[in-house]
Amino acid sequence: MKNHNGSCFAIRKALTKRQEYILLVCSFALPLLLWCLVSYVPFLYHPLVRVTDSGDSFLCARGDLIERSAFERENKELSSAGEAVMKGERANPTYLPAPHQVAKALVTAFLTPPRRAGDSWFHESIGHSIRIVFLGFLISSLFGVPLGILCGTFPFFEKLIEPFIEFFRYFPAPVFATLCVAILGINDAPKIAIIFIGTFFQQLPMVANTTRSADGGLIEAAETLGASRRRILLKVIIPDVLPRLYKDMRILLGWAWTYLIVAEVVGTSSGISWFINQQAKYRDFANVYAAIILIGCIGLACDMFLAWLGRQIFPWESGCKGMLYRAAEEIFGPRDRVFSIVLPKEERRKRYEQRHLA
Amino acid sequence: MNSATLPDYKRMTPEVRERLDRIAARPVILEGRNVFKRFPTSDGGEHTVLKDISFQVHSREFLSIIGPSGCGKSTLIRILTGLESATSGEILLDGKPVVSPGAERGMVFQKYTLFPWLTVCGNVMFGLESIGKDRDTAENVALQWLDIIGLGKYADYYPRQLSGGMQQRVAIARALVPQPRVLLMDEPFGALDAQTRTQMQNYLLEVWRNIDITIIFVTHDLDEAVYLSDRILALKANPGEINELIEVPVARPRLSRMLLEPEFLATREHIDKLIRPPVKREDRCDFQIINMVGDKTHL
Repeated sequence: MKNHNGSCFAIRKALTKRQEYILLVCSFALPLLLWCLVSYVPFLYHPLVRVTDSGDSFLCARGDLIERSAFERENKELSSAGEAVMKGERANPTYLPAPHQVAKALVTAFLTPPRRAGDSWFHESIGHSIRIVFLGFLISSLFGVPLGILCGTFPFFEKLIEPFIEFFRYFPAPVFATLCVAILGINDAPKIAIIFIGTFFQQLPMVANTTRSADGGLIEAAETLGASRRRILLKVIIPDVLPRLYKDMRILLGWAWTYLIVAEVVGTSSGISWFINQQAKYRDFANVYAAIILIGCIGLACDMFLAWLGRQIFPWESGCKGMLYRAAEEIFGPRDRVFSIVLPKEERRKRYEQRHLA
Repeated sequence: MNSATLPDYKRMTPEVRERLDRIAARPVILEGRNVFKRFPTSDGGEHTVLKDISFQVHSREFLSIIGPSGCGKSTLIRILTGLESATSGEILLDGKPVVSPGAERGMVFQKYTLFPWLTVCGNVMFGLESIGKDRDTAENVALQWLDIIGLGKYADYYPRQLSGGMQQRVAIARALVPQPRVLLMDEPFGALDAQTRTQMQNYLLEVWRNIDITIIFVTHDLDEAVYLSDRILALKANPGEINELIEVPVARPRLSRMLLEPEFLATREHIDKLIRPPVKREDRCDFQIINMVGDKTHL
């Protein structure tokens, strides 16, 4: 596997597309392979024995999972007493289901009705979780992003707001759980509040820092072009940091997901972590893994979508105007430019001159 | 040609003399009056960067500011733009003091400062929109200008898709389009390779000849200063003060072959002597001491 740089371990040299693709597949395939080995190769791990025939033992029944040492000790006693020995096969503990069991659970979890009437289906739990995360994140961003930009732009707001936020940031969000329930009740409100607290106090300094990274040269250039303060903020600083802010948002959305699990056990347990807890109680670990993997998939899908969207809406980063960007230009552009894609520049100019000469 | 055979840099043909006198007779656009700039140092003292700078720039003049590194020439031009303020003294533009950056003083920086999220056209429009033109007018004016200065077909390009030289052309266009009184340039071609640099110098002269604009140009390149300017303000370092205000005895229009004319070389030689720092003892190499190869046979 050699690329044009001579070695695939060259420092900071781009790999070929093919290599990147292979590594992407490997990055998922290797952990899966490890899991398969542990699950399907009997002499790897498998610390327990599943009894297939209990023989004359009155301690174990068919289907029991016991420690290998206990199994051997029991068999030794049975054989020394001249009784029929137990038969069994090596097995993994229930908390380590095989990949095929989890794959099956990924499907059956959606199809199985809740065990108790009134409980929610799997898809309802997931839907609830997603709603909580996005609401919490949205409310946090509504305050965090504008305030962060203000702090990053004006030292006045920086000195006024950031010291307290820096102090508050060190409180772990879960310590507010009981307070949130006391103030907001037991339903969704305290959960959203936990996600808000967990996200907002990280978001504000992060956004402020990113805003501070705005290119001073560009700001000075705008000043020498006679731009007002308002125009510099809206037309220079914000566009300059927007792609980086967008990346911050993607990272922060990941954090919001980690606070979800805390938030969902606050007040009445709900959503995907309620589902996980229930399934763990029923010792149906395949379902637990299915739910965990699903959270990962939702997060990854979300991030990939946002990355794609980023390439669409920041054409100057990639050098070409994406489909969405052009559509937005059409919708939000000035009136006479509604058909600007169709109209060549000369035509637009002619129209302008006609209008202004008339 | 060694310096002994060069003519006096103050000698010039009557045509050039007359041209310079004509410029001097034009109204003063920008004026510096006893400009001082001091920075406090960490030990509580003061470091004087600029000391008592006074000069006048006339309408449509091309003035270069040159000096050894650390003489404060960049600081001076930043004070002229209003991005920094002088500790004492004042800058007058058409008789009115300069206190903050403004559209009547265009600026081209050494760093590429085009807005990467705007197309070439959008960049050129920025200044027009800043001074209150509506979007349609701005776009139209910008496109006209881009055509005039030969960038018409790049209107929809993003800066990142252009070479360094092209980016600086757009930056010049962007600064010129709001029709400033003076164009200030801080080593605008410093980051370009030698060939592009020569092209850009000719391009700038072409633009300057055709547009009613006064240019103040900071550089550390002697050839560039002599090639472009009517007058050259040579600064001294530590503290930065005016060493001499030199009138360039070279005729216009300037052509590349003029780089070898005696007037050109004499002026260059003179400024070189003015601003070249003395070689310090510790900067010299002593190959008697340094002997990295291990034997001295090659010395």
